Amino acid sequence: MNGADVLIKCLEKENVEVIFGYPGVAICPFFDSITNSPIQSILIRTEQNAAHAANGYARTTGKVGVCVATSGPGATNLITGIATAFADSIPLVCITGQVDSELLGSDVFQEADITGAVESFVKYSYLVRDAEELPRIMKEAFYIANSGRRGPVLIDIPIDIQNQQVSRFKYPEEVHLRTYKPTVKGNTVQIHKVIKELEKAKKPIICVGGGIMLSNAKESFMEFVEKYRLPVVSTMMGISVMPTEHPLYFGMVGNNGKPCANRAMNESDVLVMVGARVADRAVSQPDLITRNKILIHIDVDPAEIGKNAISTIPLVGDAGHIFEDLYKEEYTGNHEAWIRDLQEYRKTMLVHRKVNPAYVDPAALIRLLSIKMEENGIYVADVGQNQMWSCAYHIVKKGRFLTSGGMGTMGYSIPAAMGAKVGNPDRQVVAVCGDGAFQMSMMELATMVQHGIDVKIVIFNNGYLGMVRQYQHFTYKDNYSAVDLTGNPDLRHIAAAYGIPFYRLSNMEDAEETLNAFLREEGLVLMECMIDPMDLA
Amino acid sequence: MKRIYSVLVENRSGVLSKVVGLFSRRNYNIDSLAVGETDNKDTSCITIVSTGDQRTIEQIEKQLNKKIDVIKVKTFREHESVCRELMLVKVKYNKSNRRDIMENCEIMKAQIVDMSKTHMIIQVCDTPERTNLFLKMLQGISVAEVARTGTLALQKCE
Repeated sequence: MNGADVLIKCLEKENVEVIFGYPGVAICPFFDSITNSPIQSILIRTEQNAAHAANGYARTTGKVGVCVATSGPGATNLITGIATAFADSIPLVCITGQVDSELLGSDVFQEADITGAVESFVKYSYLVRDAEELPRIMKEAFYIANSGRRGPVLIDIPIDIQNQQVSRFKYPEEVHLRTYKPTVKGNTVQIHKVIKELEKAKKPIICVGGGIMLSNAKESFMEFVEKYRLPVVSTMMGISVMPTEHPLYFGMVGNNGKPCANRAMNESDVLVMVGARVADRAVSQPDLITRNKILIHIDVDPAEIGKNAISTIPLVGDAGHIFEDLYKEEYTGNHEAWIRDLQEYRKTMLVHRKVNPAYVDPAALIRLLSIKMEENGIYVADVGQNQMWSCAYHIVKKGRFLTSGGMGTMGYSIPAAMGAKVGNPDRQVVAVCGDGAFQMSMMELATMVQHGIDVKIVIFNNGYLGMVRQYQHFTYKDNYSAVDLTGNPDLRHIAAAYGIPFYRLSNMEDAEETLNAFLREEGLVLMECMIDPMDLA
Repeated sequence: MKRIYSVLVENRSGVLSKVVGLFSRRNYNIDSLAVGETDNKDTSCITIVSTGDQRTIEQIEKQLNKKIDVIKVKTFREHESVCRELMLVKVKYNKSNRRDIMENCEIMKAQIVDMSKTHMIIQVCDTPERTNLFLKMLQGISVAEVARTGTLALQKCE
């Protein structure tokens, strides 16, 4: 048994069912060994997408996503995907091959100091020096990635370590990390204080972030807000914690958020931020959320509390545990008048869009698509105007909304949708992207054809990098620079080249029929929607 | 505001770079840095002197604690600690300034640890403040080279 066999055995012990990877000489022992394992190996077409696919898989299964790449360029190609996962606290284990230990540091062929390069966006990293240490390292890596504040862990394994003979395999039962003990249970005194403040509040609001999803706390959170009747808004990462049409949910906050959600947050007297970083896109002026109001900040990472806004009541812990504990408290608060106000805001504070009937109206299309999607469907938005429209108009029922919120990585949707589908073969998965992002990850169409992965891809084609064009429209007085996508391929031919069905929607006239046919397709399918190049998100 | 962070870490390769990298990435200052093994060969102590506003000071401690190789972080003010710094100064001397140099050494309890016909190396171990003062006094005379350890600090006995 060699180091690579040990590595595979460890993955099996961690119940890993699938890895997303790309081989190269320095990781070949691993790919040799995996053929003797029930673990499925999916060959992606560029390494960045291996990390995004593992990301989509992790977010929709609650398990750790695993991606594998070779040394040098393979490893460096992973970096954007790792940084994307780090920004959104997604648990990944990234395995990279490395040149022979003896040659480390001598700049040989395909050598890159990957542990050094990713230091600022991994939760932890290992450079393995002895195959005998692999079981301990793997056990720790999976534990670190998927506990406390989740995040990516990288394991760099020189080829000689993968080939090293190991006498016997024993997987540790538990980890012994004296320096890593995340606080998951909330402090009872603080929990009591939170309840007291909420009871006194006239206009409380809860703002949820991605942390609720990461700690699998959606149900305990819903039970809590429904029991105490507390209104909720969300950050972009918190979309799909609550169904869009839930009477207590008032939408996404921030520069691109719903007016009623922003008003709810501004007018509130007690604001509870949960599993949210108070970053600039959700809260552009952190001072405003502390002025004239009590800020209660709940997060599993103590460093997030007080980083961007000083909270009145800090509460460190895992959202799952905290909402279970909060649920058990006695509560006398009544906020019905405030909820009625908010419901009024929701009805009256509408955004009026100018619609050009010669094109597809992305807002109407997304609404229609959401209505037609299966109840528990997974909707993956890319980055750019399509993302803003998706956040504003996608109607979440019981499903999931995914996007790259923190890093805003273009090209995320297709590989992430692919990972989500692999993890949830019984759920419908739809990716929505622009023509810019599509061209950043369209090579994965081949992966999905090869492995029979059924993702429905909607492409908003406006011939522009729309979000930047829009920014140049407002900020640079229409001085458009490097945003014109002239040269786009004919997507019908792209679909034909991959042998997959294709639909093109020019305006809203046939939208319903086309969407029905598109969603009825079995297997991978593309739908191109022609969008007014001058449309604004 | 000035703070001293005494950071106990796992004695493994790459840990110092992770800790220092954290400071540069998050735009925190490092005024001084000193590293060495502790009584336990598995752990090292990194002493960092930094300045920042209240929020930065708190963030530094929290971010350090997040690092998985960090075992313990102690943050304290100068007056709460015993601080020492070791400095070696090579000075050029001649007949006319030799007396001055010797007098300064006497006042500051500095030792001459090496000497040639033209140069001498002076060693001083004192608080960072007095070390600075001594250097300033020598700079008035003739300084050729300086090497300093950075501040070492332990919290005062309770």
